[in-house]
Amino acid sequence: MVNVLINAPKTAKRGSIVEIKALILHPMETGFRPGANGRIIPRNIIERFTATWNGTGIFDMEMSPAIAANPFVSFFAVANESGTIGLRWTGDEGFVVEERIGIAVE
Amino acid sequence: MDRRRFLAGAAVATMVTTVLPCGPASATPEAMAAAIAKVVGNAPVREGRVSLDLPPLVENGNTVPLVVSVESPMTEADYIKAIHVFNEKNPQPDVFSVRLGPRNGRAVVGTRIKLGDSQKIVAIAETSGGQFWSASADVIVTLAACLEEAT
Repeated sequence: MVNVLINAPKTAKRGSIVEIKALILHPMETGFRPGANGRIIPRNIIERFTATWNGTGIFDMEMSPAIAANPFVSFFAVANESGTIGLRWTGDEGFVVEERIGIAVE
Repeated sequence: MDRRRFLAGAAVATMVTTVLPCGPASATPEAMAAAIAKVVGNAPVREGRVSLDLPPLVENGNTVPLVVSVESPMTEADYIKAIHVFNEKNPQPDVFSVRLGPRNGRAVVGTRIKLGDSQKIVAIAETSGGQFWSASADVIVTLAACLEEAT
């Protein structure tokens, strides 16, 4: 089960700048930490977070183990047309999550 | 326990927290410089235009809010195309890199990071014209990230 929280306006004026905030549940295990048995827990992080607006890439973030667990990211985008904002997280162990939200631009 | 012994104990506890390494390897100021050189090459990096907001004193290094904002018109002709953040004492010097463009309107990115020790954080922004601007901040961490055992 994957849990994602996305916070972005549902409507915006054409040409205005909107803030998009996203949080995803993920342990962001660094690969530098010993577990209860003394062995290093293997790395398991989200490596990349990207955003598209109607399919056009608007944001691309490379993450490292230094990003806190349950990664939170906020960024801005110019609202130029109504449509879909797509968010995608990919990482270790084949982790892929995609979410979409709609935005109406007037 | 009397007050004096409590304070002595607290002082030792603080020392242990700051001395324990975070994992087998730790980045160094040199490692951070090398990571920065990989991004900027031989180009000069000037201080300014970038602001790096994070608390100067952090109680819990596991989740530290950080916002990087860069002054830029963010037009087709003049925009910030990348922001990179580095640290000097986590096991690895890289924190994150983002690619931006005119579609962002504002060159501002926020996230939450882990800090394994008190250290300096550096943010570097690359303009569409290939210039590099930077800002740095010193953070004191009282409880470092990744010391606790996983349960």
